[in-house]
Amino acid sequence: MTFATILEMVLAAVVLGLGVWTIAARQTYAATVGFVAYGLLVPLVWVRLDAVDVALTEAAIGGGLGGVLLLGAAAQLRATEMASAAETPGKIVRLSAAGLSVIIAAALATAVLLLPDPAPTLAPAAVANASATGLANPVTNVLMAFRAMDTMLEKVVLLLAIVGVWSLASDRAWGGHPGPRHQADPRGALAFLARLLPPVGIVVGIYIFWTGADHPGGAFQGGAILAAMWFLVIMAGLTDTPPVGSRWLRLVLTAGPGVFLVVGLSGLCFGLAFLAYPPSLAKPVILGIEVAMVLTIAVTLGLLLAGAPERSAQR
Amino acid sequence: MTDTTVFGLCAAAVVGLGLYGMITNPQPLRKIVAFNLLGSGVFLLFGVVGRRGAAAGFGNDPVPQALVITGIVVAFSATALAIGLLLRLFRSAGSATLRSGAQTSAGIGPSGD
Amino acid sequence: MQHPAMALDAVTTRGGFLLVLSIMVPVAGVLLAFVVGGRHIERIAFAIVLLGLAIAAAILAILRYSDGPLVYLLGAWAPPLGVALRADGLSAVMMMATAVVICAVGIFAGPDFRPGATESRAPTTFWILLLAIWGALNTIFLGGDLFTLYVALELVTFAAVPLVSLDGRAETLRAALRYLLFALVGSVLYLLGTTLLYGLYGTLDIVLLSHRIRAEPVTLVAAASMTTGLLAKTALFPLHLWLPPAHAGAPAAGSAILSGLVVKGSFFIIVRLWFQVMPGLPGFAATQLLAALGGAAIVFGSVVALRQERLKLLIAYSTLAQIGYLFLMFPLALNASGRLESGGALAGGLLQAVSHATAKAAMFMAAGSIYTLLGQDRIAGLGNLWRVLPMSVLAFTLGGVALMGIQPSGAYLAKELLLQAATETEQWWWAVVLQAGGIFTGAYVLLVLAHMLAPANEPIALGGPAPRIQEAAALALALFSLSLGLVPWEPYLSIPQGMPSNPFGPAALSKSLLTILGGAVMAILLGRWRHPFANSIFWKALAVVVDPVRRASELLQRVDDILREWPAAGISLLMLALLFGASMLMAL
Repeated sequence: MTFATILEMVLAAVVLGLGVWTIAARQTYAATVGFVAYGLLVPLVWVRLDAVDVALTEAAIGGGLGGVLLLGAAAQLRATEMASAAETPGKIVRLSAAGLSVIIAAALATAVLLLPDPAPTLAPAAVANASATGLANPVTNVLMAFRAMDTMLEKVVLLLAIVGVWSLASDRAWGGHPGPRHQADPRGALAFLARLLPPVGIVVGIYIFWTGADHPGGAFQGGAILAAMWFLVIMAGLTDTPPVGSRWLRLVLTAGPGVFLVVGLSGLCFGLAFLAYPPSLAKPVILGIEVAMVLTIAVTLGLLLAGAPERSAQR
Repeated sequence: MTDTTVFGLCAAAVVGLGLYGMITNPQPLRKIVAFNLLGSGVFLLFGVVGRRGAAAGFGNDPVPQALVITGIVVAFSATALAIGLLLRLFRSAGSATLRSGAQTSAGIGPSGD
Repeated sequence: MQHPAMALDAVTTRGGFLLVLSIMVPVAGVLLAFVVGGRHIERIAFAIVLLGLAIAAAILAILRYSDGPLVYLLGAWAPPLGVALRADGLSAVMMMATAVVICAVGIFAGPDFRPGATESRAPTTFWILLLAIWGALNTIFLGGDLFTLYVALELVTFAAVPLVSLDGRAETLRAALRYLLFALVGSVLYLLGTTLLYGLYGTLDIVLLSHRIRAEPVTLVAAASMTTGLLAKTALFPLHLWLPPAHAGAPAAGSAILSGLVVKGSFFIIVRLWFQVMPGLPGFAATQLLAALGGAAIVFGSVVALRQERLKLLIAYSTLAQIGYLFLMFPLALNASGRLESGGALAGGLLQAVSHATAKAAMFMAAGSIYTLLGQDRIAGLGNLWRVLPMSVLAFTLGGVALMGIQPSGAYLAKELLLQAATETEQWWWAVVLQAGGIFTGAYVLLVLAHMLAPANEPIALGGPAPRIQEAAALALALFSLSLGLVPWEPYLSIPQGMPSNPFGPAALSKSLLTILGGAVMAILLGRWRHPFANSIFWKALAVVVDPVRRASELLQRVDDILREWPAAGISLLMLALLFGASMLMAL
């Protein structure tokens, strides 16, 4: 039992403990805080699993932005605590659910232990074909070249989530500004942070995006950091959310999938395949798509945090 | 006990926790949190699978990593949509329960604010 | 066992680019509609619908003359590293059915969701969601990789949920949230399975997996998890808690798409999984379990439908029953060595799916017209409707008749195929369920029809006039569904020779008559209405038979109410996952 293994067991135990707290805590707000803590420790697990790209994504989107979303909702829903407590299912239901969950977790654990050794892997194939794009980060290769279709569909999923959230507005507020107009004490900590952090955050975000070509990082991680900086400024009241009817906003939101689609179709027209890149131009084309993607992801994630339009655009 | 075994068992346990939470917690927000837990457990499982496939100089198979990144973004979008629905339901009905036929307070219609 | 066409599968075939276009044209439509929006959104949607319809027809045409499925390697990367799109007969049939239904619904939805001078919420949202659902469904029908199918499945869910809550009322918001949360559990369970499959076999490509898959415990865990997750999204009994309020609460055009098309997406993935990825795996017990759930769905759905007071809820419960019908094909497709084979039973199941898609959409559209005119959809208030809205009444009736399995509808052909498979595999009990299913369907169709034909005062028209084009679209779709049995399916679905055997012969006609009569009897027994016999002595004498039957149906409704509470449904979900795992283990 090496020191590393002991460390990992401790980490797994803490993560599991936080998971139990999240489910078992009585107060919703406490449970949500526990989940945010969980979401910030899980990236450490990912780093131990040698998947730094995923660790960055989980930290930025899963723990970070997801945490903001959940905490905000928990704060707004405090009033429903009593009513929901009355609806807790009876002991029999909880016991049977617990028993069944334990059995399923046990089946899953057995399955994990029974996975074959040596494990099948596509890493050699990914490395062997990396020369087609000239990027050194294999995860970026998979996302942007080998399985570009999944990434393209995922951008459409993001757009659909925006449409879905916007559809929850009232008819009067359609086209208006999402969320309330935030106000923060101009001499308080939030306004201070909102002035201090964004310049640093934007540089970090762009760097993480740009370095994703050859090192861990990429459009999703960088875009999430940019979105967080933007939302921080919005939360401090230093700027307002854009009106959702704005043509510019719509263009930015569709830039990512749009550029992807155009590149893909030109691949089709010029004798290659859909979403195939010409070997000599692969790296610049991919980086171009990623620039559009970063913009779209940053604005999309920020708007998903902001919520449905509430204030009509006409004042 | 390799790291994959440790984290694999941890992932299985988290999946079980998430399933339990989704079924027994009456509050939709806690169901959403449990869903996030569940998703995170499944992603961890994917990570364990990728770690076992370490080869060709990389510590983790890049294909599962890419799939997990896609999955994390999809899960976040789902959370955002669910919370949007939940908050709108709360503002409309005054309560945040999934039970059908629940008593609603003077509701706010679609053309109102 | 080497697949003879394996070499072919790793190459893009001629005409494969159409597969890409069939997905990308709706996606481009979504992007365009989102950016341009406003006044032009309806025109954009119509252009895309026509284009998509043409592409679906082209794929059907090319597939007819190619040997083997159409394949397209995305990015020119071959699996396992890359993702492929594949179109076989099943895909092409489903794509064409989807295109036809979307076209009809698009025409129907025109008057309801007309954009104004400035952009407004409901029209913009509706048309974008319509196109997104279409693109996602095409991806499901064509996707050759399990993870691409996962992303497409999520896309369908994200596009379907806002349709439910489009009118913004609290009940529909609640129904949408319940739908979203339960669907998310389903997709996570599906993803769990794909994780394990990748860990075992190093690929998620459907064809490659079908070569590499072996019957071992971990594969069974994956299969059970994926199947249960997909069943939660398809709302098969007992995982149906979200469907009735969601489908009844959506606007009429939305319900048509939700009932007709969206549930077919996850169903199609189950078919791909069981028939193509792991045909030898499920075994006898698991298929019987699946069909037993289907049979239970038919009974519960039909009985509770008969007791509904609102028309849209009745149609939604009818969808529950018809979904059960879809799963009856699984045990009937087992060949002698316990493998699922793509023969007559599969053709019957797919035909049933296509028939239901078209007929149910027509029924929801007709109900929409009725709601527009009357301002409400209480079944008791439908008296004398045939004078006021003859086209809608006819559309509803023809759609129902098509669902009952009256010739020459697609459901009739499907039922014949399934009955023949039941005889061949000597599973007579499913033949009984199949026949009973037709009778159960007939019951609620005849109930509504009786109300619509009954003499009464003119229905009080609280709403506005129902546009003629909406009624025409519903009627056209219903007629289409009724004539599906006459379409030559041979190039796409493997229909045995000589089927259907003389659909208008005396034997077939008497079977249909039996269905209609049985349905009438059931409607009289179980329906909550004052039928002509209610006051006769004859009826009072039969009370000794009728009362227990009615009490049983009340019991069924109460059980259904309990099952549709979240904790009960959640526990059913977990139990089902374990049951599937156990039953597949038995086949090892």
